[in-house]
Amino acid sequence: MQILIKGARVIDPGRMDALMDIRVDGGVIADIQPAGVMSPSNMEGRVYEASGCIAAPGLMDMHVHFREPGQEYKETIASGCSAAAAGGFTAVCTMPNTHPVNDNAPVTRFILSRAAEACGVRVYPVGAISKSLEGKSLSEFAELKSAGAVAVTDDGMPVRSSLMMRRAMEYANGLGLLVISHCEDMELASGGCMNEGETATRLGLSGIPNAAETVMALRDIALSELTGARLHIAHVSTAESVRAIREAKRRGIPVTAETAPHYFTLTEEAVGAYDTHAKMNPPLRTHKDVEAVREGLADGAIDVIATDHAPHSSVEKAVEFNLAANGVIGLETSLALGLKLVDSGVLSMTGLIEKMSTNPARILGLTSSLAVGAPADITLFSPEKVWTVDARQFKSISRNTPFDGWTLKGKALLTMVGGNVVFNAMT
Amino acid sequence: MPTLMKKDILDMTSLSVEEISLILDTAERMKEISERPVKKVPTLRGKTVVLFFYEPSTRTRTSFDIAAKRLSADSISLSGSASSVVKGETLLDTARNLEAMKPDIIVLRHSSSGAPYILAKSLRASVINAGDGMHAHPTQSLLDLLTVREHKGTLEGLRVAIIGDIMHSRVARSNCVGFTKMGASVTVCAPPTLIPKGMASSYGVSVTHHMPEAVANADVIMMLRIQKERQTGFFFPTEREYSRLYGLNRDVLEYAKSDVLVMHPGPINRGLEISPDVADGPHSIILDQVTSGVAVRMAILYLVTGGA
Repeated sequence: MQILIKGARVIDPGRMDALMDIRVDGGVIADIQPAGVMSPSNMEGRVYEASGCIAAPGLMDMHVHFREPGQEYKETIASGCSAAAAGGFTAVCTMPNTHPVNDNAPVTRFILSRAAEACGVRVYPVGAISKSLEGKSLSEFAELKSAGAVAVTDDGMPVRSSLMMRRAMEYANGLGLLVISHCEDMELASGGCMNEGETATRLGLSGIPNAAETVMALRDIALSELTGARLHIAHVSTAESVRAIREAKRRGIPVTAETAPHYFTLTEEAVGAYDTHAKMNPPLRTHKDVEAVREGLADGAIDVIATDHAPHSSVEKAVEFNLAANGVIGLETSLALGLKLVDSGVLSMTGLIEKMSTNPARILGLTSSLAVGAPADITLFSPEKVWTVDARQFKSISRNTPFDGWTLKGKALLTMVGGNVVFNAMT
Repeated sequence: MPTLMKKDILDMTSLSVEEISLILDTAERMKEISERPVKKVPTLRGKTVVLFFYEPSTRTRTSFDIAAKRLSADSISLSGSASSVVKGETLLDTARNLEAMKPDIIVLRHSSSGAPYILAKSLRASVINAGDGMHAHPTQSLLDLLTVREHKGTLEGLRVAIIGDIMHSRVARSNCVGFTKMGASVTVCAPPTLIPKGMASSYGVSVTHHMPEAVANADVIMMLRIQKERQTGFFFPTEREYSRLYGLNRDVLEYAKSDVLVMHPGPINRGLEISPDVADGPHSIILDQVTSGVAVRMAILYLVTGGA
């Protein structure tokens, strides 16, 4: 069946920004012509009137936690994929901290088989650096890769041993696997549960200093420089990390970085009176850090916006703040929060699409493009539609968002993967 | 007579100067009851007070228990180990179950900062914070304010030095709020490792690491218990060095005003943060604090149940 998307502003970063019609046929982009040239009358199939909308290469979230296998009450691969589709994402990278950990090919294959039964969003598993995320011995990277893993990380349980991290980077580089680092010196973080500073002092909570992130970012940058291996730094939250990454890039070290919407939107003050929906790791920081993260997005120090979508149920969240699990969900609010950056002049619309689509694809060695002949992975969104976040309506099984009740602008209307519509809110 | 328009007593920050004064005035009147041969009035007859202590405590729990009984309330003590906690029930579930038995007041001691807020938000019963993590201990602060006011006649303009493990102390936090709110000026003193970030700006207090400076011209010196475990977190090298730099002895006391009051929330480490001769000496009002504790808690139980 053919699909015609008519009159959208088509933004394919570096290639196109114009009002165009897109014809999809056989799962690929069959034709793109200036709006009005193609005639729907001689075409069999579905036509979407998309004037006022933006069509972009499918958005990719390179940092999500789907809880399958092991904690399906929080999120399954199917529910996570539906949440991704509703948020405009055509592809996600799943972190390995499932139960069992994705540190071997059978788990990777299980994830992919579950993904094949889901709504159609592409799932790219990320394997563990160390077996069971214990930081003691390396996972079999080549096996993981051959099963379909696109990168390795010990996200959440960062590799403490500098030697092990060095070897992991060297070894992964030989296989063309990306190493993603959750930068945290766990000793320095010292069991803290929010940002160290005035708010933590007032609330009587133990703090995590910026330096807990920065020292590890600097270590891993040094290891990237030493080994020449590519390094991707996850969920950047501090001004000092942004500066370190910018400096590393200037010196030609092959480092890339991502941040999450909550780090460019919220400060530590969101913790309010012990709101566990504002608890994540790294923690929400200060206004100065938020500004630095936004600057980093603007000047390219930070390449990617990824959600760190971390579903938890009330069992983990409706408890004492220091005992609550870290993490918030983000797939269904990420695009609208990203669009706030466009509204406030931090990013151009093209810049936002780079951060949410083409940059993560490039970093992972995947393609994301609206070229004729490319797979029809397309996100169609309204940049103007105003809506109110209601977590109860989420496709995700979990509800742990700090943005519940927020009024946001911009929403995905149609998400297409390989020509198949996986989410449709077109009226 | 004004009344306390609050369901819960969670911290000092949410109490106004007028409300603090009301509690202190009421407590002053309550003191007389404890001096009677029959130490009981019928005021809270038929009221149920649950003393829910997730963290061990002797002084505070006993004080609340005696306060409740002197007002004829029925008080029930639950401790962390005896309650459902060990069975893995969440705080909220345990609290909801308690609520279903219709208590009027739940007094909560908990090792997690903010735990009383969870209860206060979801329960109809009044919640009184008897100490939560490192965050707040409002009844301790109120009893300290009462004790000082009784000895000095006023709180306005006093110089208060709080010395010891500021970082981990809910007593220090609540007293920084309480004393500054009532017009006193507060200086906190500890090694830099035991002063949390942003202490001065978030609490409006002065910070020093030099004990003689903290004590200079003080009207009140409040010593905090130092836990020996802090050595393992590298907060200070040895008890010996801590005691030499931050222990209160007669020599350091010389820097203070001649009528200085020496306080300690207890339990004290004799010879570590305070020398025995100072703890037992003429400036010490440590046991007066304990007496005030019962009166302040009687006042709070009375006021939150709508007394006037």
